[in-house]
Amino acid sequence: MSEQFSTFINIGERTNVTGSAVFKRLILNGDFEAALDVARQQVDNGAQIIDINMDEAMLDSEAAMVQFLNLIASEPDISRVPIMIDSSKWSVIEAGLKCIQGKAIVNSISLKEGEEPFIHQAKLLKAYGAATVVMAFDEVGQADTEDRKVEICTRSYEILTKVVGFPPEDIIFDPNIFAVATGIEEHNNYAVDFIEATRRIRQTLPHVHVSGGLSNISFSFRGNNPVREAMHSVFLYYAIRAGMDMGIVNAGQLEVYDEIPLELRDAVEDVILNRKDDATDRLLELAPKYQGGGKVAAAEDLSWREWDVKQRLEHSLVKGLTDYIIEDTEEARLAAERPLHVIEGPLMDGMNVVGDLFGEGKMFLPQVVKSARVMKKAVAHLQPFIEAEKDGVKSSNGKILMATVKGDVHDIGKNIVGVVLQCNNFEVIDMGVMVPCAKILEEAKAQNVDMIGLSGLITPSLDEMVYVAKEMQRLGFTIPVLIGGATTSKAHTAVKIEQHYDGPVVYVPNASRAVGVCQKLISDEFRPAYVAQLAKEYDVVRDQHSRKKPRTRPVSLAQARENHVTIDWSAYQPPKPQQLGVQSVSASIELLRQYIDWTPFFMTWSLAGKYPRILNDEVVGEEAKKLFADANAMLDELASQQTLTPAGVVGLFPANTQGDDILIYTDDSRQKVRLTAHHLRQQTEKKGKPNYCLSDYIAPQSSDKADYIGAFAVTAGVEEDALSDAFKHAGDDYNAIMVKAVSDRLAEAFAEYLHEKVRTELWGFAPDEQLDNDALIAEKYQGIRPAPGYAACPEHTEKQPIWDLLEVEKHTGMQLTESYAMWPGASVSGWYFSHPESRYFAVAKIQPDQVEDYAARKGWSVDEAEKWLMPNLSD
Amino acid sequence: MNKAFINTMTQSFISLTESAQQRILILDGAMGTMIQRYSLSEQDYRGDAFKEWHCDVKGNNDLLAITQPDIIAAIHAEYFAAGADIIETNTFNATTIAMADYDMQTIAKEINLVAAQLARKVADEFTAKTPDKPRYVAGVLGPTNRTASISPDVNDPAKRNVTFDQLVEAYVESTEALLEGGVDLILIETVFDTLNAKAAAFAVQQVFDARGDEVPVMISGTITDASGRTLSGQTAEAFYYSLRHIKPFSFGLNCALGPDLLRQYVAEIAQISECLVSAHPNAGLPNEFGEYDMEPDEMAAHIAEWASSGLVNIVGGCCGSTPEHIRAIADVVQGVTPRALPTIDVKMRLSGLEPFVH
Repeated sequence: MSEQFSTFINIGERTNVTGSAVFKRLILNGDFEAALDVARQQVDNGAQIIDINMDEAMLDSEAAMVQFLNLIASEPDISRVPIMIDSSKWSVIEAGLKCIQGKAIVNSISLKEGEEPFIHQAKLLKAYGAATVVMAFDEVGQADTEDRKVEICTRSYEILTKVVGFPPEDIIFDPNIFAVATGIEEHNNYAVDFIEATRRIRQTLPHVHVSGGLSNISFSFRGNNPVREAMHSVFLYYAIRAGMDMGIVNAGQLEVYDEIPLELRDAVEDVILNRKDDATDRLLELAPKYQGGGKVAAAEDLSWREWDVKQRLEHSLVKGLTDYIIEDTEEARLAAERPLHVIEGPLMDGMNVVGDLFGEGKMFLPQVVKSARVMKKAVAHLQPFIEAEKDGVKSSNGKILMATVKGDVHDIGKNIVGVVLQCNNFEVIDMGVMVPCAKILEEAKAQNVDMIGLSGLITPSLDEMVYVAKEMQRLGFTIPVLIGGATTSKAHTAVKIEQHYDGPVVYVPNASRAVGVCQKLISDEFRPAYVAQLAKEYDVVRDQHSRKKPRTRPVSLAQARENHVTIDWSAYQPPKPQQLGVQSVSASIELLRQYIDWTPFFMTWSLAGKYPRILNDEVVGEEAKKLFADANAMLDELASQQTLTPAGVVGLFPANTQGDDILIYTDDSRQKVRLTAHHLRQQTEKKGKPNYCLSDYIAPQSSDKADYIGAFAVTAGVEEDALSDAFKHAGDDYNAIMVKAVSDRLAEAFAEYLHEKVRTELWGFAPDEQLDNDALIAEKYQGIRPAPGYAACPEHTEKQPIWDLLEVEKHTGMQLTESYAMWPGASVSGWYFSHPESRYFAVAKIQPDQVEDYAARKGWSVDEAEKWLMPNLSD
Repeated sequence: MNKAFINTMTQSFISLTESAQQRILILDGAMGTMIQRYSLSEQDYRGDAFKEWHCDVKGNNDLLAITQPDIIAAIHAEYFAAGADIIETNTFNATTIAMADYDMQTIAKEINLVAAQLARKVADEFTAKTPDKPRYVAGVLGPTNRTASISPDVNDPAKRNVTFDQLVEAYVESTEALLEGGVDLILIETVFDTLNAKAAAFAVQQVFDARGDEVPVMISGTITDASGRTLSGQTAEAFYYSLRHIKPFSFGLNCALGPDLLRQYVAEIAQISECLVSAHPNAGLPNEFGEYDMEPDEMAAHIAEWASSGLVNIVGGCCGSTPEHIRAIADVVQGVTPRALPTIDVKMRLSGLEPFVH
C-alpha cells in the first residue's frame, strides 16, 4: 500500500469556491490574503498540486481567477507546486493559463459539446503548454457505468492523440466519482464502476492518468466526518490498486486505512465494493457511533512559538509568515527601551538573515519580497508608537529617489528594491530608466529627498554613476547615494565612486540589503557609526584592490616607448610660426561671447540638453530660456560696465623632443634649452594602437627638423571672485553663481578664440580655416590644446613651465596655488600642438618604472613623484 | 498541412539536424560587447534616419541595424570568420514593448526585418565561400524589460505591468518580421520570466500556423544567481518543463553567469532535455568594473570540458565574449562528439517553481 500510495498524487481541494464554504466566503468578501492562507495550508499539509476553482454565480470568475493566480505567483511557498485550473468555463481556464509560468493542469475539457470545441480547446492547451483532465462526459451525458466510462475515455484518447497530437502522458481521465449509499439502488455500484473502469483505462490507454473528486463518494454522510474519512480511505485503497494515480482530496483529512476501526472499515468496504444488499443500511446504523469522534484537522507545527521573541520574529521574516508578526512585534516593543529599537534590532537582524540566505542561494527573490512584506506589517504596527515618542525621530521612514542612470534601460532590480523599500514605509520616487544626471539631481532637490538610489546593469552605467557622484559633490549635495545593479560592486564603489563624493556612498549588493542600509542611513542615531564603518570597509577594499593585478595588462616603459606614435618626420615639414615669442592678448566680452559653447553652461545649472535645442525643450525649455536671458543680461552688463576684464597671454617657441620630454629653446638657433616640459606615456597593452605620449607629436632632435610648440593662459578676468562676493553680500546668491558660470564660459570661449587666432595668424598653419562656432566646439581643426591637469598631460605641476615661459602672472594676474590650481577659477592654460595627427587621449594608469623615470627627469624623489602622480598610479 | 510547410520545415530542420549530429554547433558571442568597442556617440546611434528623434537613443543597440548597418554586419562577419555556425540577429530589444523606452514602438518591426536581412546577407556570403559549412541565422526574441509574473507594485502583488496577451501581440509582430527577413531559426533567449517565454512560444506557434511553415525554435533561459533559479523563481528543470511543449530544437541557458558557475545547471538540463542542449555563458562574471575578463583560452577550457563530458550540442558566448572567445571555443570543440539525445521516460512533467514528475 505504501508504495502505491507514494505514487498517488494529492491535489489540494480547499481553494475551490464550489467545494469549500470557507474559501467561498473569503473570496466573496475579497479577503484574498486569508484565501492565500488556505492555499498555503494545503501545500504545507502535503498537497502536491492545488486545484483552484472560482465558479460562483456571484463572482466575476475570470477576474477572481486572474487575481488569485497572480497573488499565488508572489507566494513562493505556494507556487512551488503546479496548479490545476478548475472551471467549467473555457474563458476562465484560458485567462488562468495566461497567468501561470509553470506547466499547469486544466480541469477540465470533455466531449460534452461535441468534437469540434473539444479539439479546438485541446489544441490551445497544447499551445499554452498544459496537461488536462478529461471528464468522461460526451454529447449524450456523463458516464455512470463502467462501460460508458471506458467508451468515452477511449474515444477522447483517440481524438487527442491522433487528431490533436496531444501527449498521452498529459491526459488525466476523470471517470466521475458519484455518491454511493444514497438509498437509491442504482447508485450502489458507482464505486465499483469507477474502480473497474479505472483498471481498464490504465490497461488499454497507454501513459494516461486517472483522477477523481474524492469527496463526492461520501456525499450522503455529510456532517459525519469520521465515516466520510473512512469511506475516502477505503475507496482510495481499492481505486489506487486499480490504477487511480491522482485525486482531489483534502490532504489534511484522510484517515489511514489501517487505523480505521475494524467494524467501521468492514461496513464501509461492503458499501464501496457493493458486497451486500443491506450494506447502506448497516453503515447508516453504525454511523452515529462514530459521529464527533473524528480527528481534528492536522495542526500546523507551532513549536516555534515556544522560542524567544527575537527568534520568532526572525522565523516569521524568513518564512514570510504574517500570522503572528503583530503579536510578536508588540511583545518585542514592550520589552524594548524605544519602539525604534525593535526595527533596528530584531527586525533588521531578521532581514539580515534573509539577506544572508539570499546571498547563499538558499532563498530566492520572490521569497525575499515576501519577507519584506512581513517586515512592513511589523513596521506599520510600530509606527504609531514611534510617532508618539515625538522626540525628533522621523515619522515616515524617509524619501528615496531611485533611477536607472542615463544610457541604461534595465530596471527590474531597481523595481524590486523599490518594492522592498516601500514595504518598509519608505517613500520611493522612481524616475524610471535612462535618467540623465541633471534630472536626477534636479528632482532630488525639488523633492527634498533623503537619499538617492542609482541603478545600472550595463558597463557604461558605472561611469555614469561616477559622473553623478562628481556632480553631486560639485553641486553641494550631502545626502547618501545608494549604488546597485548587476555590474556594480563594492570594489567599484570604493575605488571609483566613493572618493568623488563627501556624502555617504553605499553599495547595496541586493534587494534584501536595501532596507537595512536605508534604515541605518535615515537614523540620526545610527548613521554616524554606520558611515564611519563603511569608510573603513572601503579603505580595506581599496587596499585589497590595489594588490590585485590590473585589468589591462601593463607594459614596461621601454615597450610602451617602442610602441610610440609613428610619424615619418623625414616626409613632414613642421610649420614655422609667423611670429615667435610671447605676447599678451586682450579680447572684449563682446568678441568672446560669439565663441561661447553654451551646453556646459546649462549643465552647470542642472539642465540637460544641447544648446540651442534645450531652449525649446518640453520640460526644461522655459527654465533654460530664462537662464539664457539672465546670462546674456549679465554679459551685457559686464561688457558695458567693463567690470570684468578678460586677459590672456600666448607664446610660440622652437622645440624638439628628447624621449618623452619636450625641449623648448631660447631661440631658433636651438643651441640653448630654456626649459623642459615633461610628458607621460600610456602604459597599458594596446592592440593595434600606439602607446600615446604628447611628445610624439613634436619632431625629435634626431630628426633634424625644426619644430615648434605653443603655450597659452587665459582668464575671464581677475575680478571674478570680487564680483561674485559682491552679489553674495547683497544677498543675491543667484547672480553670485551666475557671474561665475558666465566667467567659466568666457574663459573657455577665450581659449577657443585664441586657439583660432594662433592657427590662422600667429602660428598661421591654417590661414584659410573657416569654421563656425559649432565646428570649433566639435574640434574640427588641425592641432590640439591639451591642458596640464587633464587626461593627456595629467600632472599638474607641468603648468609651471607655462607660467615661466609666458610670465603669466605679469601679463594676466593669473596665479598658481600651491597645489597648482589656477586662480581665478575661470581660467584655462595649455599647450598648442600643430601636427595634423595630434589628438587627445588619456594617459591613464602608469607603472612604477615610469614613475621612477619621471622622477629622475623632474629632479624629484620617487616619493614626490608618487604624490603628484597619485591619480595615475596603477592600483 | 500543405506541401510548402513540409518543404520549408524539412530544409532548415534537416540541414541543421544533420550538422548537429556530426558536430557541436557554434553560436556567436556578445553583440553589446562588440558594439561597445566602437564607442558610438548619440549622433552615431541616431544616424541620418533618426537625426531629429525627440529623445536620446544612445544605448539602443538594436537601432544600429538601421543606422549603422555596416558595423552590425562587420560584427556578424567577425563571428562567422571566428567559426560560428549560427549568428543571432541584433534584435534583443526589438519588440514594441522594449522599444517603448526610446518611444520607438513603431520601429520595432522594421528593426527586426532589417536586422534579419542584414544577418541573412552576411550568412549567405559566408555560405557561398564555404558551401560545405552552411551558416545559419537565428532570429532573436529577447525577454523584453517587463515581467508577466512579477508585480511592479508592492502594495498590489497581483498587479502586472504586462500581460500575456500584450506579449503575444508584440512577439507576433517581431516573429513575422524576422521570418520575413529570412532567419533560419527563432531563438527565444535570456528568459528570466518563464511566462514571458511562454507568450513568445505561443506567438511563434501562432505565426507558424498562419504562415503554414515553420522553422526550428531554440530556447535559452537565464539562471540569475546562486539560488539556481530564474528571476521568476523557477529551477532549471521546472523551467524546461514549462516550455518543452513547443518541442524546441534546442534548450539551454545563457547570460548572467560564467561557464564555471553555469556548469551545474547545464548539466541538469543535459540530463532531462529530449532536444539538443545549448549553452552560451558570459565570459565570466563581470569584475568590479563591469568588465568581463575571462580570457578566451580559459572560457574555451571550460567549454571543452562540457563537450567532452557530453553535456552540449550548441555552444557560444554571451556578455563579454568576443570573436576571439568564439574562435577559441570552436577550436576546442572541434572533433568532439556532440551530446547524444537521451531516452526520457514518458511521464507527465509539470512544474510550479519546482518540477513535478508523475
